[in-house]
Amino acid sequence: MTEAVGRDTEPDLESHFEATIARDQRIEPRDWMPEGYRRTLIRQVAQHAHSEIIGMQPEGEWITKAPSLRRKAILFAKVQDEAGHGLYLYSAAETLGADRADLTQRLLEGRQKYSSIFNYPALSFADVGVIGWFVDGAAICNQVPLCRSSYGPYARAMVRVCKEESFHQRQAYELLMTMMRGTDAQREMVQDAVDRWWWPSLMMFGPPDDDSPNSAQSMAWKIKRHSNDELRRRFVDMTVPQAAKLGVTLPDPELRWNEERGHHDFGTPDFSELKEVISGNGPCNAQRMERRRTAHEEGAWVRAAAGAHAAKQAARAREEAVA
Amino acid sequence: MSDDHVYLSLAEGHDDSDARWAFGTGFEDPLHGVDTAVPETVDAARLAATCLALGDDALVLAQRLAEWVTRAPELEEEMALANIGLDLLGQARLLYARCGQTDGTGRTEDAYAYFRDTGDFRNVRLAELPNGDFAHSVLRLLMFASWRLAHFTELAGTPDPVLAAIAAKGVKELTYHRQYAAEWVVRLGDGTEESHARMLTALESQAPYWEELFAAEDVRDAVLADLRQVLDAAGLPVPDPAPLPGSGRDGEHTEHLAPLLAELQSVARAHPEATW
Repeated sequence: MTEAVGRDTEPDLESHFEATIARDQRIEPRDWMPEGYRRTLIRQVAQHAHSEIIGMQPEGEWITKAPSLRRKAILFAKVQDEAGHGLYLYSAAETLGADRADLTQRLLEGRQKYSSIFNYPALSFADVGVIGWFVDGAAICNQVPLCRSSYGPYARAMVRVCKEESFHQRQAYELLMTMMRGTDAQREMVQDAVDRWWWPSLMMFGPPDDDSPNSAQSMAWKIKRHSNDELRRRFVDMTVPQAAKLGVTLPDPELRWNEERGHHDFGTPDFSELKEVISGNGPCNAQRMERRRTAHEEGAWVRAAAGAHAAKQAARAREEAVA
Repeated sequence: MSDDHVYLSLAEGHDDSDARWAFGTGFEDPLHGVDTAVPETVDAARLAATCLALGDDALVLAQRLAEWVTRAPELEEEMALANIGLDLLGQARLLYARCGQTDGTGRTEDAYAYFRDTGDFRNVRLAELPNGDFAHSVLRLLMFASWRLAHFTELAGTPDPVLAAIAAKGVKELTYHRQYAAEWVVRLGDGTEESHARMLTALESQAPYWEELFAAEDVRDAVLADLRQVLDAAGLPVPDPAPLPGSGRDGEHTEHLAPLLAELQSVARAHPEATW
């Protein structure tokens, strides 16, 4: 008995881990976990964090041009929230042994990805509303189930992220409502933005289930709780009545209610486009990475100065202690 | 939180309920319970001019801070600069609202921000200078926040109850802005040779714009003493430049304000009949 304490063998640890997952309990940073689970989570959480940071760019461009001070404040605060989401997601990744600077480097070198959606351009102020409605909406569909993800720090980060994104989505929808009550030009802007963002938003849920290589293991580990197609269908079902209420047309001729299935039928997104965008060939991939890289490189001297100052301070404190 | 309800309820309850979304969450109305009538002892035109100048300062610098979004050297700075920009934008909105109540025109905050031309703006030129590098931006913020903090501290006791309430709220915000900027000026002045050199360049190019801040205020000595303390800690010299002629307070601006306003006003002016 005494010899065995604290010396669990790997199979013991693994069965304990599997049992924790099976009981729907959380895995915490100090718990043993299989390397594959750790690697998968770091990849997923880091990509989520990168998405928040790159995702600031399309909307961020409109803060300086927002057409009322109230909309300016709302958008400014939203984009700031995204930086905050990025921060606490990087922190969640760090609980798994990753390092923020290293993850940033991987992003900049193209070794880690971010959500394909942010490689599309935001062409008018209506895009701010449609991004908030569709993209935050799709993110909510993806992320609300992640509040029950098996990894504790990620699940808890998701609770906060989802609450804030739900707030952003409401504000965006309210902007669209206001614009639809406005001038003809405003209504045209909204419809144009809907036409451009609808299909890319459906692609945010990833490739179809029969072509999603990482999904099965992630579902088994309860890192992920629903399949891509299931979440996509849910998004469509929720969005259709909202589009009707708003008075916009979703650009899918196959979209109709299927009484028998209790869901909407809808067209298939062009997944070859998704593959192209993910491989770096979307409309704005180069531009988004260039902005991120420039900010990082131009900030290098600032980070170096902060480090040098901290080191000098510490040295001065040591000297004082000796004296 | 159920999986669905946050999204499903989206289309509900949006009609004529704009006010709920005006300021985001957790916003306390600084004017709650404050009487908005102008006291008899107060010169309404002067009050309006003060609100306009301070509102323009805040709006123009908030716009510059918004330009940092996605360009900051670190995520923490991304958050902090946005936070400060949002505070200043909030101050501008309250000040414009007070201006509209007191200058006899009844204009809205957006009328001041979007439908005046460059020569009508009364901000100090320091606020409109381009961001430059991070050294330029934190030095400008230090000077601006130190001065505005001293000025708002005095205004918190001004006879107009609305401006006094706006100033009292601003004091809390500006105390943080000043602290944030001072910490960075010290880090950069003390940090590396490069950061020290960049701070010197920033000091040299901005110092001529400082005097404009003090034109009508008696906080000059206190603010400069405060600045000297920070620069000493940063190992930086205190410049003593000749002030530039002209003043943004009289509508005389650098060549940088017009493009800033062109961008700020672009969508609003393209759709003058629209509501947002």
